Amino acid sequence: MARYTGFHAPNRTLAIYAAVFAFVLYLPILFIPIFSFNSGVYVKFPLEGFTLQWYVDLFNREPLKAAFWNSVKIAATVSLLSTVIAVPAALAIARYRMPGKAPAVSFMMLPLVLPGLIMGVALLGLLNRLGVTLSLVTVTIGHMVICLPYAISVLLPRFVGFNRSLEEASADLGEPPLRTFWRVTLPCNYPGILACMLMTFTISFDEYFMAFFLSGPKSTLPMYIWGQLRFPQDFPSLLALSTLILLFSFALIFTSLRLSKVGQTAQTGAQK
Amino acid sequence: MISVRNVCKSFGRVQAVQDVSLEIQAGEFFSLLGASGSGKTTLLRMIAGFEAVTSGQILIDGQEMQDLPPHLRPINMVFQNYAIFPHLNVQDNIAYGLQRLGIAKAEQTRMVGEMLEMIALPGYGTRKSSQLSGGQMQRVALARALILKPKVLLLDEPLGALDKQLREQMQLELRGLQQRLGITFILVTHDQEEALTLSDRVAVMANGAVIQVDTPAGLYNRPANRQVAGFVGTMNFFEASLQSDGPSVSAATAGLGRLPLKLDPKRYGKSMLVAIRPEDFTIHASPVKGGVAGRIAARQYLGGRQVLYVEVEGRASPVAVAAPANRTGDPWAGAEGQPVWLTWPADAMTLLDPD
Amino acid sequence: MTHAAGQSLRVARPSALVRFLHRHEGWRGYLLMAPALLLMAAAIIFPIGMTLVMSTWSLSGYDMVATPGLGNYTAMAEHPMFRVLILRSLTIALTCTAVTVLLCYPMAYFVAFHGGRHKAMWLIVMTLPFWTSYLLRVFAWKVVLGYEGVLNTGLIGLGIVDEPIAALLYSQTAVTIVLAHSWAAFALLPIYVSLEKIDRSYLEAAADLGDGPMKRFWRITFPLSLPGVVAAFIMMFVPTVGEYITPAMVGGPDGMMIGNLIQAMFGPMNNWPAGAALAVVMMLTIGLAGLVFVVLDRLLRR
Repeated sequence: MARYTGFHAPNRTLAIYAAVFAFVLYLPILFIPIFSFNSGVYVKFPLEGFTLQWYVDLFNREPLKAAFWNSVKIAATVSLLSTVIAVPAALAIARYRMPGKAPAVSFMMLPLVLPGLIMGVALLGLLNRLGVTLSLVTVTIGHMVICLPYAISVLLPRFVGFNRSLEEASADLGEPPLRTFWRVTLPCNYPGILACMLMTFTISFDEYFMAFFLSGPKSTLPMYIWGQLRFPQDFPSLLALSTLILLFSFALIFTSLRLSKVGQTAQTGAQK
Repeated sequence: MISVRNVCKSFGRVQAVQDVSLEIQAGEFFSLLGASGSGKTTLLRMIAGFEAVTSGQILIDGQEMQDLPPHLRPINMVFQNYAIFPHLNVQDNIAYGLQRLGIAKAEQTRMVGEMLEMIALPGYGTRKSSQLSGGQMQRVALARALILKPKVLLLDEPLGALDKQLREQMQLELRGLQQRLGITFILVTHDQEEALTLSDRVAVMANGAVIQVDTPAGLYNRPANRQVAGFVGTMNFFEASLQSDGPSVSAATAGLGRLPLKLDPKRYGKSMLVAIRPEDFTIHASPVKGGVAGRIAARQYLGGRQVLYVEVEGRASPVAVAAPANRTGDPWAGAEGQPVWLTWPADAMTLLDPD
Repeated sequence: MTHAAGQSLRVARPSALVRFLHRHEGWRGYLLMAPALLLMAAAIIFPIGMTLVMSTWSLSGYDMVATPGLGNYTAMAEHPMFRVLILRSLTIALTCTAVTVLLCYPMAYFVAFHGGRHKAMWLIVMTLPFWTSYLLRVFAWKVVLGYEGVLNTGLIGLGIVDEPIAALLYSQTAVTIVLAHSWAAFALLPIYVSLEKIDRSYLEAAADLGDGPMKRFWRITFPLSLPGVVAAFIMMFVPTVGEYITPAMVGGPDGMMIGNLIQAMFGPMNNWPAGAALAVVMMLTIGLAGLVFVVLDRLLRR
């Protein structure tokens, strides 16, 4: 007779499946850092030797540095603007009864389900007919359109879960709405808002589709990488670059997701 | 002091508050009593300003307030879940509303200290809000509201989350506080004992409308209809039909026999309800002239008192009769099945329309 | 203790605007939402509208002729290449989505039912790769699948094969594999959410009534998770249809998808009207697929 191990006993097969799944998910990504330290120019086994030359080489490339700073500038702007616009929107959706709210929200979330290609070419077509020259500004606009839905979906659960009576108490004690936001809503929700900023920064920094279609003479970092892919002897340098970007993005997103959890416990402190 | 005139509130097609009008006097402890969904909390929130009225006016001290957002209204509220700011300590919580009044820091600290003494939490200023118990948070919420010296304080079921002992203690403290300060309190509760204990007057609400506004004694002894009568304390209802032969009027009741009544037959319809409180009955072990015969069906022992359920002819459910119980010589111990006789004073009967 | 009479009760009457906003909370909400709504409206309606209009234009030399006509659409209907391309894109997207949903289901099940205290951790671990650069992930696969790439040299080194497997890269298979890997998170999350929401007491009741684990799964868990599966399907299908980076990097001529053609039209081939028309066709396809899934979802809810 089989031993009864409990209602939701750990399922060995499933656990192994999960481990394999995670392994396969991360495997291709892990090869990038591995080969970035490889002294051989071609990416294949066996590994030839350990070297840091590809990393050092990165610092000597002017176009790379320019592209990097362009990406940073755009990402910072996008992050700030998206968050500033998304916060009141998410507050409104969480708090107020509005006629037609559901369709309006679904509409704003549309870019999440439209392929980046469509958004990119559509915006390009419009901007072109309007006679707008392409530049980093147009890329910024394109990125904001993509980031805003993400920003709202990160902020919305936090605001929905946020105890409204805290804001009501503040108003009751005499504070007008803006001061209530500054003194209560913001301090209590700063992890979520910070997470939103980090997430939108990362999305913009890594974004390729819109950047490709909407950029002018100056390029962003992903575009630079795409351009460099044509030169096989530069592969290892690209690997080194990719590793750095991976680490950077990982760190940002990890922090952002951990912040989302931290916010959880701080809020429930008032309700016993 | 506070006038609520024909206030209605609807959410879409749902009417939460229907044409409510109230006059609340300065310095009184006024309660809104009702079950959940009766509209009492919605009404309170409209007075506070968190919900806008669909129609009607709310006047405070003669000035129209229904269009003002809450931060402009001169009243303060204690919330059901206390709403203590988690990111501020006790001192900063209490002093929250003082900031915009431009009061000097030193003066603020002094006022907070005074408040802490008043709510019996001296020295708690630097405590974090997460370190407070439920009862302590409630007192901090009170202090936070009262430090602004409002003339009206709203309380939204403030004692609901506390256990029985603490609740009763807090009830006494609240009542004492209100009388000392002379502030108008408006309390919302579903607990009728709480409403009766604390209030000068109570408005009983159901389905968004106010059914009766009266003093606690008035509600208990002169309920306006069956709903109020049944809601406030326990009540025995006897169905009766009116019969008039000539000048005398009597009611044939189900269970209590035929009762002569002094009333205007035109005021009541053919059928009505006779309501008598359990403690108005006197129960006798031996036959009494004019009494109604019955048999004890069950006994409910409650410590200092007991409730005897007496079956009478003509009535399906037994009549609840309150009797004292004491340690020495309890005549009713083991009395199930015993025949008894009931009497009651004529003025203990309340006549109600059937619903 | 005495309390002196406190604040004055005379309040200044606020402006009509403040009174109006207090009365109508719907307006308050829309006011706060306005910047976001306006931005999205401008960024979605106008560009897409423009695309629709542009799709009716034609090319004359290097310039666009702004006279409406259905030339592009008839060209698409006539040339078999377009049909082939569209069909191939749909096939790849469907296969890829189906396979991924199938593979992600057990993973989502594991986290939902056996995750325990580490659920949040698992979720972060599962979705973290998705948040990094899409370009880099595809690039990583290129490295892995190449003729002289990691997988091949590794297999040769281990002695499993004698020659590199050419079909690994620059093929439809490659595209399918990479797309599955890239968009897995989109499939994983909706399934997880719907599994997580299932009230465990249903399962306990079923067990109480005599159902074993397999039966419980098929009779209760699986049906209740179907809305999540449908959501996962559409959340992944839509972006995969519009893919062009992956086909460009690992697809080769065989793996070319409709997205590549659109990109070419707006790029080197400089035929924007044709590109717009293709984009419209893609949007219609996605819209149709969305409709199918919404209908499925409605049916399931009943």
